[in-house]
Amino acid sequence: MSDLKPDLTLDNSGLSCPMPIIKTKKAMDGMKVGEILKMVATDPGSVSDIQAWVKKTGQELLEQEKEGEKFVFYIRKVK
Amino acid sequence: MSEESAKRLAIIATHGTLDMAYPPFILSTAAVAMDMEAAIFFTFFGLEILKKGRIDKLKVSPVANPAMPMKIPNIIAMLPGMTPLATTMMNSWMRKAKVPKLSELLATAQEMGVRLIGCQMTMDVMGVKKEDLIDGIEIGGAATFLEFASQNAVTLSF
Repeated sequence: MSDLKPDLTLDNSGLSCPMPIIKTKKAMDGMKVGEILKMVATDPGSVSDIQAWVKKTGQELLEQEKEGEKFVFYIRKVK
Repeated sequence: MSEESAKRLAIIATHGTLDMAYPPFILSTAAVAMDMEAAIFFTFFGLEILKKGRIDKLKVSPVANPAMPMKIPNIIAMLPGMTPLATTMMNSWMRKAKVPKLSELLATAQEMGVRLIGCQMTMDVMGVKKEDLIDGIEIGGAATFLEFASQNAVTLSF
């Protein structure tokens, strides 16, 4: 378990491509710079997709971990 | 993000079938989520996707489609009823994998600002009127699409 304190948690469990990325983008749009989003997904493709997404959008992936069937990502809004 | 990174995704959709309608919507909505602009040009049979009430009724044919998990010879696949059967099966796989319905992806694409361009020439050839197509789309020709695609775009055709 991460000790990062998310400002918002978004559960994308059960959703498949492209919904985790789309919902992450929408959630981040409503957040302030510096805030941390905790995103939970069960789609194994989201591991690669979130890394690609932060690379393209310039956001920062702070941590990612696997909790059973779930993939958990901590993303900081940097712009 | 490097300065050379493409800013746009320009897609040409030429097939009005269930299997070929998905990638344009998945990729265009993902592109907007990645801070890119996206446009889909619906031409030839791809225009079918934009017809009112059609998008969730698109079919997939098992004929000449050897990658379908349902392995049947073409001579059987061409029999009446096989296309609806393949379509029902594919829709159930998609539901099981929790992939959104095409109408949901279309609504998401429109909400996110993906440009949906219906091909004027195809409309003329097939006798399709503007009121036969869904609301909130553009009608245009090759130049409309190319003007968008010519500026720092990734271009894909389906």
